[in-house]
Amino acid sequence: MKIAVCVSHVPDTATKIKIGNDAKSIDPTDVTYILNPYDEFAIEEALKTKEKLGGEVVVISLGEETNKESIRKALAMGADNGILLKDSGIRDSLSLSKALAEEIKSQGAQLVFMGKQAVDYDNSITGQLTAEFLGYNCVSVVVNLQIDGENIIAEREVEGGKEVVETSIPAIITCQKGLNEPRYASLKGIMAAKKKVIEEKNAMVFENKSEVLQMNKPLGKQAGKIIGNDSSAVPELVRLLKEEAKVI
Amino acid sequence: MPNKILVVLEQRDNNIKKISNEVSKAGFELSQKINCEVEAVIIGGEINDLSKIGNFGIGKVTHLKNIELTKYSSSAYTKSIVEIINEINANIILVGNTSLGKDLAPRIAARLDAGIAVDVIKIETSENNIVATRPVYAGKALIDVKINSEKKVFTLRPNVFNPGESIENNAEIIVKEISSPDLSSKVIEVKKSEGKLDVAEASIIVSGGRGMKEPANFKLVEELAEVLNAAVGASRAVVDAGWRPHSEQVGQTGKTVSPNLYIALGISGAIQHLAGMRSSKCIVAINKDEDAPIFQIADYGIAGDIFEVVPALIAELKK
Repeated sequence: MKIAVCVSHVPDTATKIKIGNDAKSIDPTDVTYILNPYDEFAIEEALKTKEKLGGEVVVISLGEETNKESIRKALAMGADNGILLKDSGIRDSLSLSKALAEEIKSQGAQLVFMGKQAVDYDNSITGQLTAEFLGYNCVSVVVNLQIDGENIIAEREVEGGKEVVETSIPAIITCQKGLNEPRYASLKGIMAAKKKVIEEKNAMVFENKSEVLQMNKPLGKQAGKIIGNDSSAVPELVRLLKEEAKVI
Repeated sequence: MPNKILVVLEQRDNNIKKISNEVSKAGFELSQKINCEVEAVIIGGEINDLSKIGNFGIGKVTHLKNIELTKYSSSAYTKSIVEIINEINANIILVGNTSLGKDLAPRIAARLDAGIAVDVIKIETSENNIVATRPVYAGKALIDVKINSEKKVFTLRPNVFNPGESIENNAEIIVKEISSPDLSSKVIEVKKSEGKLDVAEASIIVSGGRGMKEPANFKLVEELAEVLNAAVGASRAVVDAGWRPHSEQVGQTGKTVSPNLYIALGISGAIQHLAGMRSSKCIVAINKDEDAPIFQIADYGIAGDIFEVVPALIAELKK
């Protein structure tokens, strides 16, 4: 079975965000980009699935030349092939998902893994959208997965517990931390990944349905008061919470 | 086509969730601003006190009924809600940004080929446009989003839109049976964590970090949480160390939360943690290191020893 993994290339979570000159996106100067943390779980699950059921793992990323770094990381972990869907324009999630769906279709991948969200725009919707455009089933925020033939039993994280979902292939699974422990790339894997040719094609273009008008920094919260340095400050703290903040 | 708002309500174990009151009120207020109709839809078996959603400005609610749909089914919920949207000609769809809403809303958007903005914290109108504000980069920045398609889908962050005082008003209920739901994806079981509140839903969160020194000391965090009827949260450091489950992690690779009160115990305030909780309405930090970044966003701080201060706080609250 052909298995696809879609990955994004995002600013490191330790990055301080500066607003760019366009006032609509971040200033990429001095920003370190990494493989989206949740996508590591997606790659690991794809590799585990391949080891169990056989097949081939293809990594797809839509974006600029630099996305190849994240594709190579997936190849170093053990993915078979990489595809860069070249695109430098502004895309909303719908347009992105349509382009991914086209590529997944042309690859004939019946099982697709993605991170549950990219830590840049935090949308958490690309998996579900792409599944809809493909007519695939989809389980999001998955922390436990069993595939038996065509059948899928997936546990997804919800408020106060987990839902056990029954569905079937073809499907997209979006992966949450806890699903697995992503492997480290071996030196051999890293060397092999360097030699692999990443296929490049232009991403298909679709109309955006939404646009960012403006990006702002959140209103700075002003530092409050340090009301003491031991338990003698506790009665005052409780009074403030009750009478000033009115939160208890 | 005139505007019409549809609010998607959510039930769990047949009870309407609190987020549904918030989304209803937000929908009602938006309908007043843009001068249009608003109604609601809910899927489930028997639902308790459904007409009370009228207390939050909803005049009419369609109950899509099937006992098999008490639990979530992405396939069946998507199909039925899209049908009702088309039937009543709604073009503005409001959903709670919950586990269910986050899963369902994009599917609806895809079927309608509608633009979608998720995790919205503010909705404003200007010259016939709806502008939604939402956090990105886990709250390190905010974006204003405009949807250009005629149909628009928004998910609203829990605990942000104030449902206000409820007013006595019963909504009209229209029951429609769903005869043969599409169950190609369905929840067959819900595994509940033992009676614990979830950080994503709690109005008070007590979180612990490295400063707790060892896993056993989280008993103190749990005790304080119990006194306040709060959820227990954790920093990434202690989750990565295996002290606490990932479901409790607050921050950029955990959950982004906005409770009324966030109490940080022994958390220094790494940028990725601050990003996940900075929108809390009131932040209390207790930490030995008075230079810890957490104090820069805390409303109230005690720069002292957790193991001395927290037991005193528990005792004071129990008084």
